[in-house]
Amino acid sequence: MAAGSHRRVGVTDAAAALLRELARVHGPLMFHQSGGCCDGSSPMCYPAGEFLVGEADVLLGELAVDGLDPVPVWMARDQFAYWSHTFLTIDVVPGRGSGFSLEAPTGNRFLIRSRLLTDEELTALGRASDGGTGREDDRSIL
Amino acid sequence: MTLHQAPGTPGSVLTFRPRYDNWIGGEWKAPVEGRYFENPTPVTGEVFTEVARSTAADVDLALDAAHAAAPAWGRTAPAERAAVLGAIADRIEAHLTELAVAEVWDNGKPIREALTADLPLAADHLRYFASAIRAQEGALSQLDEDTVAYHFHEPLGVVGQIIPWNFPLLMAVWKLAPALAAGNAVVLKPAEQTPASVLHLMDLIGDLLPPGVVNVVSGFGVEAGKPLASSPRIAKVAFTGETTTGRLIMQYASQNIIPVTLELGGKSPNVFFEDVAAARDEFYDKALEGFAMFALNQGEVCTCPSRALIQSSVYDSFLGDALERTRAIRQGHPLDTATMIGAQASNDQLEKILSYIEIGRAEGAKLLTGGERVDLGGALSGGYYVAPTVFEGDNGMRIFQEEIFGPVVAVTRFDGFDDAMAIANDTLYGLGAGVWTRDVHRAYRAGRAIQAGRVWTNCYHAYPAHAAFGGYKNSGIGREGHRMVLDHYQQTKNLLVSYARSGSGLF
Repeated sequence: MAAGSHRRVGVTDAAAALLRELARVHGPLMFHQSGGCCDGSSPMCYPAGEFLVGEADVLLGELAVDGLDPVPVWMARDQFAYWSHTFLTIDVVPGRGSGFSLEAPTGNRFLIRSRLLTDEELTALGRASDGGTGREDDRSIL
Repeated sequence: MTLHQAPGTPGSVLTFRPRYDNWIGGEWKAPVEGRYFENPTPVTGEVFTEVARSTAADVDLALDAAHAAAPAWGRTAPAERAAVLGAIADRIEAHLTELAVAEVWDNGKPIREALTADLPLAADHLRYFASAIRAQEGALSQLDEDTVAYHFHEPLGVVGQIIPWNFPLLMAVWKLAPALAAGNAVVLKPAEQTPASVLHLMDLIGDLLPPGVVNVVSGFGVEAGKPLASSPRIAKVAFTGETTTGRLIMQYASQNIIPVTLELGGKSPNVFFEDVAAARDEFYDKALEGFAMFALNQGEVCTCPSRALIQSSVYDSFLGDALERTRAIRQGHPLDTATMIGAQASNDQLEKILSYIEIGRAEGAKLLTGGERVDLGGALSGGYYVAPTVFEGDNGMRIFQEEIFGPVVAVTRFDGFDDAMAIANDTLYGLGAGVWTRDVHRAYRAGRAIQAGRVWTNCYHAYPAHAAFGGYKNSGIGREGHRMVLDHYQQTKNLLVSYARSGSGLF
């Protein structure tokens, strides 16, 4: 599933294929995870540098996609406080829209799938689970 | 109950055009690149029309038309503009059922909501801003005996508006009414999920507006929304949507030094204090309905009461009754007036909701009811239906912190007032909130303590004109639905006038 997962973030083969398609048109790419209304709680894909990131953001990791420059995945720092215990995989589903994300005209929509990070992963990442329950019993890959 | 007929079928009040161009300069104009995209209905998943897939060139044409129209429109008497808004309201009312069917088919919402809320509210907002502009006065300051500062309201000129898919017609009117009342010309981009009802509205009201005053350009965000939002030819941009696009729009606006207003969603707490359950009376029943309001518009509301906070002392009994009320929500054909919850607006929205239901389970939240896609059979099998879903958990979980935008409520308990307020405010957002209590003192204190732009007190999901709506925190900037919104669409012109005959003596 994970064609080049990197610590906190990964990408499915289908999403990686779509990224390659988009990169042919738009060049190097980036993601910023959105919060809030309507098209929110979704990963937004832009040409690299289109969306200005800064102190308010956290770099979750970079997606390794064959043939492409690493694709950085960003999230607002305050939002990350609630997400830091989860591993995020960028997938793609048939969809319509939205925001200014690059894939919308292709009839596809990037989607985040989440699983809880294991204790080993959290230790390796150098921080405890600070947003979730940290329960031992349920770590299924979603 | 009444089952309205699907558009384009025998007995239906509505037939959509097979294809919609852009509404520019008072006429339908084909997109410059000649491309269209298919528009499916979430009711069945089937395509029912196609819509212009616009690009920067189309946005430019719309801006040309708007700039040609803006000066004359901005000079019209307020009474004249008010009359136009009133005429649009009358036209909407005269076609209420037709527009409601259009909205249902485009968006998936139950027609009972469109008939009783979306469309009547749209007409009322137009009348409200027609009245507000008539009643608006400038101000003057007498600085000394011979010096006066006059403050005039002037329109901004041409504004860009990007509207969401959850209330396509009502959100269009929320943005159009104040902008037009204030004397601006508008280029509006509907959401690509739901362009058809807005385009049908232009078919109905286009003759009431001078050409170019309202221009509607359809298309995808990246291809049509971005050229509009980043254009140096707009004097303001208004957007309803999510935080990342909101930030991007602010970024573009910073390059043009223009104002933005943003409405960016929430994770609204609905707080039930123990005295709600002091009697099993009409008010208790109203509070249970208040809990079930998370299912309004399939939960696709920026102010969805998606976190229910229930006081521990009555938690089990209140939640038990609330679950019973939730299970009584009737899911069915959105065109049936008995249906209470319809279809999610798009397939990707459906997928996102299901992914959140999975993460809720994985984080250890307890699923109390719902939690699955629903197959309503027949033609509706291809539609996007989700059962009203109730989770129990704690406020640190992602389903308590992220806007799912579906019929999913996350329930938790609290002990005492301070605990309730701490949980209610432990969120990145601050758009809406609900407070339920029989104690007016508690109601007042809670309403003031919750950091949200609107605190519904012993009610929820009411959206009348003349009540300001907007966000604290990450929920956005600016207000809607109130005469103060006129300020968001007006410049202040100050004439500083000296009536003295003698000079100042400095030179």
